[in-house]
Amino acid sequence: MKSRFGSPLLDAAIRLLVPFMWLFATYVLIHGHDSPGGGFQAGVILAASIILLRLVRGRDRVSALTSHDALMLACIGPLLYGGIGFASLLFGGNFLDYGVLPLPMEPAEVRVIGTLGIEAGVMVGVAGVLVLIFDILAWVDNDTV
Amino acid sequence: MSEHLPILIVVCPLAAALLVPLAARLSPRLARGIAIAAPAGALVCAVAALRVALDRGPWHYHLGGWAPPWGIEYVVDPLGGGMATLVALLALLVAIYAGPYLRARSAFRAAIFDSLFLLLTSGLLGITLTGDLFNLYVFLEISSLAAYALLASSGERAVVATFRYLLIGTIAASFYLLGLGYLYALTGTLNMGDLAIRLAEAGGGSAMTVGVVLIVVGLAIKMAVFPLHGWMPDAYTYAPPPVTMFIAAVMSKVSAYALLRVLFFVLPATGAVETALAVLSWVATGGVLAGSILALAQTDVRRMLVYSSVGQMGYVVLGLSLGNATALTGALLHVVGHAVAKGCLFGAVGSLPRQTMQAEIAGFAGASRRAPLTMAAFTVAALSLVGLPPTAGFFSKWYLLQGALEADAWFFAAVLLMSSLLSAVYFFRVIERIYFADDPGAADPGASRHRTKPSLRMLGPVITLGAAVLLIGILNGRLVTAVIRHALPEL
Repeated sequence: MKSRFGSPLLDAAIRLLVPFMWLFATYVLIHGHDSPGGGFQAGVILAASIILLRLVRGRDRVSALTSHDALMLACIGPLLYGGIGFASLLFGGNFLDYGVLPLPMEPAEVRVIGTLGIEAGVMVGVAGVLVLIFDILAWVDNDTV
Repeated sequence: MSEHLPILIVVCPLAAALLVPLAARLSPRLARGIAIAAPAGALVCAVAALRVALDRGPWHYHLGGWAPPWGIEYVVDPLGGGMATLVALLALLVAIYAGPYLRARSAFRAAIFDSLFLLLTSGLLGITLTGDLFNLYVFLEISSLAAYALLASSGERAVVATFRYLLIGTIAASFYLLGLGYLYALTGTLNMGDLAIRLAEAGGGSAMTVGVVLIVVGLAIKMAVFPLHGWMPDAYTYAPPPVTMFIAAVMSKVSAYALLRVLFFVLPATGAVETALAVLSWVATGGVLAGSILALAQTDVRRMLVYSSVGQMGYVVLGLSLGNATALTGALLHVVGHAVAKGCLFGAVGSLPRQTMQAEIAGFAGASRRAPLTMAAFTVAALSLVGLPPTAGFFSKWYLLQGALEADAWFFAAVLLMSSLLSAVYFFRVIERIYFADDPGAADPGASRHRTKPSLRMLGPVITLGAAVLLIGILNGRLVTAVIRHALPEL
């Protein structure tokens, strides 16, 4: 996949598509409480948009998110998850008991925000891992990862 | 923070596993530092939690504040806490030991290695501490996946061997999960304590029999109990030295712990479990003999050590299946003693220069003059596996023998003695080479230039483990009365 597979037409099409995919990923993430969805699904959609960019624009023009960046995302996501767990330790709860976080809201709302934070961590982690899997499978000769 | 010790034991290496690749971008030294500090932190937490558990009884920790049986709980009791301490101690020593090995790799590769190693550690620690059978499966998978990647990280032969392990290991994990499914269908709960109560109420039945069989077979594959050990020799022989040292030392022990936990703390001691234990006792007897005989047939020292593990795990399973307090004490003491001794043996073999490592037993000729301290540690650990006093192995075998006699299992007692004799034969073949054979390189001045002193970071952990083998042997009485006796199930 050294050479660009795309054409001006495809290029223009994904320029239009990707922002909407990101919007949809955000929707799936936030709406995960009330409807099918959540962090994992949102992460998959996010990763799909990035893989689409790679498919169309080819390897040489990957600038938005390199394989290294994807690895960093794969680490940062779970760290966000664990960070919320640790934060609840600091405020006197058990690990991941994020209802105790001192936010100016109703207790139930604090739980929702905590869950959202955790799901966001899942989303970032899943997106990073999926892009990384694509990169490793597609670019076997890639020594950087 | 001290009220959160149980979770910190697991989360410490888990968070470090994620931090290490990030830190490696800033500075490789920082990443190495984190990789060593995390198991050290887990060790401190594990020791502190174990002390509390010994003073005040089992320590239940509710994850996320959700009470069991709905939420997941972590339980530090003397058994789980003791195992966690053992795992964390070996993880710390191996993390230090891996330093010189990783120096030959790029900073990025080293960071990935450390990250996987920490994931493996946190998975194993999680198995020892969780009070939830499904959570145990998750940790089993975390540790196995990390182990596959680590074992495969040294060339093509390792990849092929590990792929076979991956297939077999996945089947084993599926067996465990399927068996768990049956228990869940019977009771509607996954919490170990709750499950124990409800299973006793539910009584036997064919669903429980199937569940027990699947769980026992799944864990037995993970433990590499004979005749389910086929994946182990190749996977361990071709792996990088620090990986073999850690995995051979603790991974099968943690599976043995899981088996003990399920059979004696969760399932009611009736029907299916009794049959399972009876079958296991014969399987273990076969394993003890077959492992020793196969070890005798090997010419590669690492393969010999792997087959000796098959035999030694047979002792542990035999102790479990005899099921009386003395035999269980012996089994647990053997878990500790064998973990430390096997770590020491693989560490010693891995720290020798490359030429010797590739070589067969013949390559150990005169090794005592080239690496006196390493070989001394090797010999002490080998004597422990043979079962000579005052090493740890003698006392654990003594307890096992007494347990066998208490249970009137004369045949097993005879097998125990017989296999000790066999292990004496295969280890003394190597020890004789090390101390009494002439060093072929001594006459050749060109060869002596290639001798490299093992670095202190490799030597230190190996000698620590060698000394620990002696210490556990000498202080076995205190270890048994202070920890192991409290770790036994109520019989």
